Amino acid sequence: MSRDGQNRRAYQELVKGLWRENPVFVQVLGMCPMLAVSNSAINALTMGLATFTVLLSSSLMVSSLRNLIPRQVRISCYIIVIATFVTVIDFVLLALVPDVHKELGAFIPLIVANCMILGRQEAFAAKHPVGLAAADAAGMGGGFALALFGLGGFREVLGSGSLFGVSLFGAHFEPWVIMLLPPGGFISLGLLLLVLNWVRSRRTQRSEDLVTAQGNPSR
Amino acid sequence: MKSKGARLILQPAPLLRSGLTTPAAMRDVVYALVPLVIGASWWFGLSALLVLLAATAGAVITEWIFSLGAARGQSLQDLSATLTGMLLGLTLPPGLPLWMAFVGGAASIGLGKLIWGGLGQNPFNPALVGRAFLLGAFPTAMTTWQAPSGPAGFLGIIPSNLALPLQQPTVDALSSATPLGLMKFQNQETPLPDLMLGHTAGCLGETSGLLILLGGVYLALRRSIDWRITVAVLFSASVFSGLLHLFDADNPQPIVALFSGGLLFGAIFMATDPVTSPVTPRGAWIFGIGIGVLAILIRTFGGYPEGIMYAILLMNATTPLIERVTQPRPFGRGRPTL
Repeated sequence: MSRDGQNRRAYQELVKGLWRENPVFVQVLGMCPMLAVSNSAINALTMGLATFTVLLSSSLMVSSLRNLIPRQVRISCYIIVIATFVTVIDFVLLALVPDVHKELGAFIPLIVANCMILGRQEAFAAKHPVGLAAADAAGMGGGFALALFGLGGFREVLGSGSLFGVSLFGAHFEPWVIMLLPPGGFISLGLLLLVLNWVRSRRTQRSEDLVTAQGNPSR
Repeated sequence: MKSKGARLILQPAPLLRSGLTTPAAMRDVVYALVPLVIGASWWFGLSALLVLLAATAGAVITEWIFSLGAARGQSLQDLSATLTGMLLGLTLPPGLPLWMAFVGGAASIGLGKLIWGGLGQNPFNPALVGRAFLLGAFPTAMTTWQAPSGPAGFLGIIPSNLALPLQQPTVDALSSATPLGLMKFQNQETPLPDLMLGHTAGCLGETSGLLILLGGVYLALRRSIDWRITVAVLFSASVFSGLLHLFDADNPQPIVALFSGGLLFGAIFMATDPVTSPVTPRGAWIFGIGIGVLAILIRTFGGYPEGIMYAILLMNATTPLIERVTQPRPFGRGRPTL
């Protein structure tokens, strides 16, 4: 493959995670952190970045070790690699943003169990060279972080009337308490999926119409 | 003289038409609600009408917006959105800020009905979904009650109604407690005549037992509702609360339990929603008994003073199961397996 073709391939792998195969909106993976820590924008952003970092580092590591890992014990090896990076991230967050770390609580160690991360190792990183694996991980991790941030922002705006703690609607804002509670997480995620699926189906419809129109010039 | 020639009709069934259409069925329920609307405006003045209008507007506008792009076309004329909005409005406190009532109407239709596929597809009663959403979102405003002002205050508007969108009501309203709240938190009973006529604090449509019964009798005579469900709810609730009263005299007498709170309103107007209740007669009995028991259970042992809303929503969830179990058995066949 030419250098140019390689670049284009890497670009495709990067972009697919952001939209076409978005881990949250299309594959509906990683729902646990998605619902649990998306009650404010800062929590969601921290969690998204932490997951992004873990996914990127693990994919790089697994991809470079892919010829050394025995097939029979590959899952345990992936988990050990992921757990290592999660531990690193756990301590980094504790040192940098102790408040947010406290709020995220058990959900940082639980990144180990995020099926999206393990899924990318098994489905992609273990079968592709380092460059492509990095592009894939960055795309998927970025898509996850964006989705989490979007949901967290939406819930914080309605639930607390603020974004990143900055008040948006004045002192007399009536908070929509339900948005900060678990039902609000389910409702917002459902609405977000609804809107994105609608956009997606409209796009598909439009491109199908286009194909039909081109196929029958008489119409 | 023309002789009427015999006409051969070549078309598939149904050939007999009863004339009962969706708008006609909905209109019947709206008629049954009219006495309640009048009663609510008698006791709570202009505020009652404004809250009702805001809730209905929220429901109707949401329905209109979502059927703009729908393949089946505009669905406003079947009146179901109007009815949902009215039912929701009658379950709201009179002093609720109007923008919240509007949000509730939108949530009823949007979350309660349209995302499931429109009329007839929703598993939960849309009006109660809207109310549950409001109670979850704005717990303080949804549990702030006003004492009925009576005809003297007809033109007065409760100040908290007029809070700006997304803002809290800034004026502290004079609040009052509902009969159930008085009973649960202050151990104080409301006299029965007040409960009958509606001279108590509470949601707009739930205060007057007599007016609700009037609407219920009309609907039962018109066969718009399944009387079995209503009777089952009221019967099981009175038996269960009677048992609890025998066990501990602090619990209200069955007759007080029936006429306080939203039990009667829920049993007649909410539980009988044909979309979300079982169609089989035996299923209707099971469904109603479940609601009555759950409602009294939540009232007596739960954190909320009133439990009819969650009781109905919970039993709504079991409707498909009940229908499957109570399906009539075809002759010669075994029981249907679950």
